[in-house]
Amino acid sequence: MSEPTTTPPALGNEAEGAPSTLLDESPMRQSASKRFFSSAAGRSIGLIIALILLVIVGAVTAGDNFMNVNNLLVILRFASVIGVVSIGMTFVITGGGIDLSVGSVLGLASVVASLGAIQTAASGFWPLMVFVAIAVGVIAGLVNGLIIAYGKVVAFMATLAMLVAARGAAELISQRQTQVVNNNGFLDFFRGDLLGISWVVWIFAIVAVLGWLLLNRTTFGRRTVAIGGNATAARLAGVNVRRHTVYLYMLAGAASGIAATMLLSRTTAGTSTHGQLYELDAIAAVVVGGTLLIGGRGTIGGTVLGVLLFAVLTNVFTQNNLTTSVQLVAKGVIIVVAVLLQQRFANRETSSSA
Amino acid sequence: MSLLEVTGLTKSFGSARALKGVDFDVRAGEVHCVLGQNGAGKSTLIKTLAGAHQPDSGEIRWNGEVVTLADPVAAIELGIATMYQELDVVDGLTIAENIFLGHEKARAGFVSRRDTSRATRELMARLGHSQLSPAREVGTLSAANKQIVAMARALSHDIKLMIMDEPSAVLDSEEVNNLFRVVAELKSQGIAIVYISHRLEEIQRIGDRISVIKDGASTASGLPVEGTSTKKLISLMTGTDIDHVFPPAAPLPDDAGVVLEVKDLAFPGKFSDVSFSLRAGEVIGIAGLVGSGRSEILETIYGERKSSAGSVTLNGKVLKPGSIGDAVGADMGLSPEERKSQGLMLEEPIYRNATLSTFTRFAKGPMLDEHAERVATKEQMTALELRPAEPNRITRTLSGGNQQKIMLARWLIHGTKVLLLDEPTRGVDVGARMEIYGLIRKLASEGTAIVVVSSEIEEVLGLSDRVLVVADGRVLAEKKATEIDEHGVLDLVMKGSAA
Repeated sequence: MSEPTTTPPALGNEAEGAPSTLLDESPMRQSASKRFFSSAAGRSIGLIIALILLVIVGAVTAGDNFMNVNNLLVILRFASVIGVVSIGMTFVITGGGIDLSVGSVLGLASVVASLGAIQTAASGFWPLMVFVAIAVGVIAGLVNGLIIAYGKVVAFMATLAMLVAARGAAELISQRQTQVVNNNGFLDFFRGDLLGISWVVWIFAIVAVLGWLLLNRTTFGRRTVAIGGNATAARLAGVNVRRHTVYLYMLAGAASGIAATMLLSRTTAGTSTHGQLYELDAIAAVVVGGTLLIGGRGTIGGTVLGVLLFAVLTNVFTQNNLTTSVQLVAKGVIIVVAVLLQQRFANRETSSSA
Repeated sequence: MSLLEVTGLTKSFGSARALKGVDFDVRAGEVHCVLGQNGAGKSTLIKTLAGAHQPDSGEIRWNGEVVTLADPVAAIELGIATMYQELDVVDGLTIAENIFLGHEKARAGFVSRRDTSRATRELMARLGHSQLSPAREVGTLSAANKQIVAMARALSHDIKLMIMDEPSAVLDSEEVNNLFRVVAELKSQGIAIVYISHRLEEIQRIGDRISVIKDGASTASGLPVEGTSTKKLISLMTGTDIDHVFPPAAPLPDDAGVVLEVKDLAFPGKFSDVSFSLRAGEVIGIAGLVGSGRSEILETIYGERKSSAGSVTLNGKVLKPGSIGDAVGADMGLSPEERKSQGLMLEEPIYRNATLSTFTRFAKGPMLDEHAERVATKEQMTALELRPAEPNRITRTLSGGNQQKIMLARWLIHGTKVLLLDEPTRGVDVGARMEIYGLIRKLASEGTAIVVVSSEIEEVLGLSDRVLVVADGRVLAEKKATEIDEHGVLDLVMKGSAA
């Protein structure tokens, strides 16, 4: 009895008349194209094609105004702040959570880091401002994480509370005043470039590469995927799910802190209104990129592409003197189309195996 | 004369033949159990009797007359109500609104609350649940009470036969007892029950007669519960003589040391005073009915639940209560009851499931070594005869038996000294089931200490060296597996529960 006996396919609640496949279906029987499009690379191909099409549209409609190196660098600089936030968001969503507070925390971090006292203290050592911004983000994330993991509050509500509270705290601290950044070391660094590319863009690139390594090559990333894929299984296998959940929100907070310094340098001011609605842009970029909103599968490359897609879209619309209202409608359409495609592939995958 | 008589029922879906000839009859006022393994065709049979599927051939007779159940409404009008596992109650409505959904009690076009409420109270009283107020929102009820509401809805039509599809699957012990009381109540009111289950223990408690289907065909019809042995039922369900299913236990070496010591362990409301010790290479089984506390004991030993008293000592180390990390660190492993929802990441490759508790060990610092993980996984897959040995395959595509082997592989890679197995063969085919039994005994012969919990008492007895018989959260007896049979266990349980 070494070979399993053949039993009829289970006909439980499956769709009537659907031919049941054998449980141990050979992967060879999946068509090559289907396998390709359900792989990470395959999903990204769709985004790359969309991006190329958008660039062509930009080149045709706006001509040289769009297709010149300066404009492309502008797009990248524009994408960098939300990009860093989105990398942090990718981890939280992959881990089965959500962080609605990233924008508010960014605002709070920008206000604290640009306080007169902090800037004075940082006069000799400008990176202090960066450390302060990151610390604010990490602390906010710690609070989020503790409430979610140990208080067992759903992530949506816990971070919604932080969204409101952090914005309020930023207003209290800044007294709703714009705080001008006058630390020259800080401004000079961020205005500088390397190989003609702004440091802001380099920071996004570095964060993305580190994020990719962290998610795909480290035990931290494996835990993240495991918790998002099946938190109970991870817990019963001995993974400390609660502690890791806290780390994930701290990571998202740190990303908001980094993004705050980038925005501080671009606007040369800290204000409590920085980062408004960034949470929605970040979630949109992450999900359009191919990370599953229910967790368990995340892609940093997809997130980067998602961020770039929206950045190019905005730029093309601006170049063509279209209003932001039109942009918003187009964004909405893209989000829906991307999620529809994602579900289509996800359904195909399950129907081919279950 | 029989109330319902089914003869030669067949049904195909495309090329798959779900029913290949089912015969059975139900008498008024009896509890008729229909047994079958997963995939035997139970669900198709229910849907056919409920009017949701049309049979390809065969006859359904109701009070002696051939009937056609064109749709679910026709079945209900005839007097056949069906309670599916997924209860179709509306959470946002009250109990009364749910019961009379679609056939509201109305006067001159207006829903009469008073009439509805009175009728609901009467129905709840019939089911012995007068404490549930008609105005209560269904969403606030437990799964068990939702079931009562679903039953009340069936009774609000004039029904003669109620089909219940694995109703105990979502209930805990108290609730199961309660369900059985309700079933007895309905029976005394002359309503026939068709009770679908694969839990043999339940059938012995409430069934009058049993029919068995295997691979879509009847293998037995209308056997009396009294005098039909579990062994016979299993062989009817599986087509295998179970005497040969369980591999013989190798004698325990005299020098095998105690690895696990459980002392006076308790969890409030579930069990108390559980003590036993386990030697290397020994298999101990926990036998008891649904809700006896058998799974909770396992979960508490593992630290998934935090014990309120007592201690668990593994290789001389006292484990911190409520700490899974501590248990795993001390080389204990659990294969949970619900493999898919509690054990595996179904969308991930096999190797990531196999190394879920060891990936940090393969890692070089924080960096994963996936190659080493794949190699170790492949090695275990070969050892466990999990074919094809492709560590990169997505876990969802595997059969139940192979998924169970991945759970074993996880703990083998870990080097577990004490393995806790909760329902190790749930949802596993017969053939693979015997392979799993063989593997469990093999692991034991290699020195792993194993605790087995299963709803199938025969399985517990067949696999174990020693058995703890539990009921109502207490250990009633500790016996050598060779000194007790299933009847002995049930006798103990019945006496223990009564005491």
